[in-house]
Amino acid sequence: MNAQALSGGFAEAPLQSARAFRAVMEAMARPGTLHEVTGAAPPAPLSVAAGVVLLTLCDDTTPLHLAGACDTPALRDWVAFHIGAPLVPAPEAQFALGRWADLMPVNRFAIGQPDYPDRSATLIVEMPDLRAGGARLTGPGIRTEARLTLPGVAAHQANHARFPLGFDLILTGDSRLAALPRSTRVEAE
Amino acid sequence: MTDQAYTFAYLDEQTKRMIRRALLKALAVPGYQVPFASREMPMPYGWGTGGVQVTAACLVPEDRLKVIDQGADDTTNAVSIRRFFARTAGVATTEATAEATLIQTRHRIPEQPLREGQILVYQVPIPEPLRFLEPRETETRKMHELEEYGLMHVKLYEDIARHGTIATSYAYPVKVEGRYVMDPSPIPKFDNPKLSGNAAIQLFGAGREQRIYALPPYTAVVSLDFDDHPFTASKPGHACDLCGAAHSYLDEVITDDAGGRMFVCSDTDFCAGRRREGHQGRLGGQA
Repeated sequence: MNAQALSGGFAEAPLQSARAFRAVMEAMARPGTLHEVTGAAPPAPLSVAAGVVLLTLCDDTTPLHLAGACDTPALRDWVAFHIGAPLVPAPEAQFALGRWADLMPVNRFAIGQPDYPDRSATLIVEMPDLRAGGARLTGPGIRTEARLTLPGVAAHQANHARFPLGFDLILTGDSRLAALPRSTRVEAE
Repeated sequence: MTDQAYTFAYLDEQTKRMIRRALLKALAVPGYQVPFASREMPMPYGWGTGGVQVTAACLVPEDRLKVIDQGADDTTNAVSIRRFFARTAGVATTEATAEATLIQTRHRIPEQPLREGQILVYQVPIPEPLRFLEPRETETRKMHELEEYGLMHVKLYEDIARHGTIATSYAYPVKVEGRYVMDPSPIPKFDNPKLSGNAAIQLFGAGREQRIYALPPYTAVVSLDFDDHPFTASKPGHACDLCGAAHSYLDEVITDDAGGRMFVCSDTDFCAGRRREGHQGRLGGQA
């Protein structure tokens, strides 16, 4: 383990994770809205926002899948020290982290069971360009409509069609995050 | 031991992460009851242990907390929970609905419409709307899975057959986004229309029953009814005797042993605000 893995976590976990969760919850409750988070300094190539989400939601009880470019020795060490989540293959993951292309095919991830739809994966998707604008979102949490840059509109439509089953997305880029729960209807712009 | 010996908002970090994960899944599947590993809290079951855990997982130091019990800010349950978080989280508290960022409630929705940025946390005794119709959890879970809600309509129909109207007056079942039938907690059915299209995030916590569920803002929530017996949000046919409000939910207060009674707003902040503005009800001058 390299010494860099020991830094970059929350300095004041109870307060920082509380503020971070509030941002994540607002994002999940209002799909398409963007929220700023701070407090994590994870190793490259991980964004601040993705680091904050991992520190806020993951621990040794949440199997985590690191996909593609995110599966680096430095990040594995960082996760091992700060989070302790067991690293697992995609089908067993409760959380998965990676760029959209690395997470493909997304049908590998848990979508819950008909009697327990909550037992589904949450995908933390690293986005090079996360901003409002693009695909049209409607559904619970959205008054009229929201716009968000989304990769793979067809995959989200297929995910929504299985409601109440399906995975949920937290989209991260730099220090910003947004969310796309399975309940949201997505249309291409 | 000092108050600073508590971690922020009482619960340990691992517990808060577990509750937070459940909250996110609850928001992603509106109306579905997410099981969570409810902890023992320093208050008895029935006093809002579920709501307190949800509040603890959501609070940030910048929050302004309001706690109401049946609409009132000044009852034992509300006062003790407000003091609990003032001590263990150091958050500011308020009785004004408009100033609060997080409101924990037992059995009421405030009269004043909520806005974006506010969170309403409900204390829930029995989260399963089908529980009194089917006691087995394995069966009710299957009924939710299959959207098999005929039994609930039979119950409402039996109300009509026996009483002529739907006699269910609180914990009136609702359907969320056309999918899950949900117990709105024992709020009076007068409050049911406020569940739908609300700008605030609504979170429901049941501590003893270990369930969390949620309504994101602007979620469509429909009270179950029949075409020939439509849902009505009923209330006593009086105006508030203190502030004169004609469209607020009222408590009946017995004032003597000779049949004397008065009706007052159950929402104390709403009533006090109206009286400050000069509104006066039948007994407003004396009380």
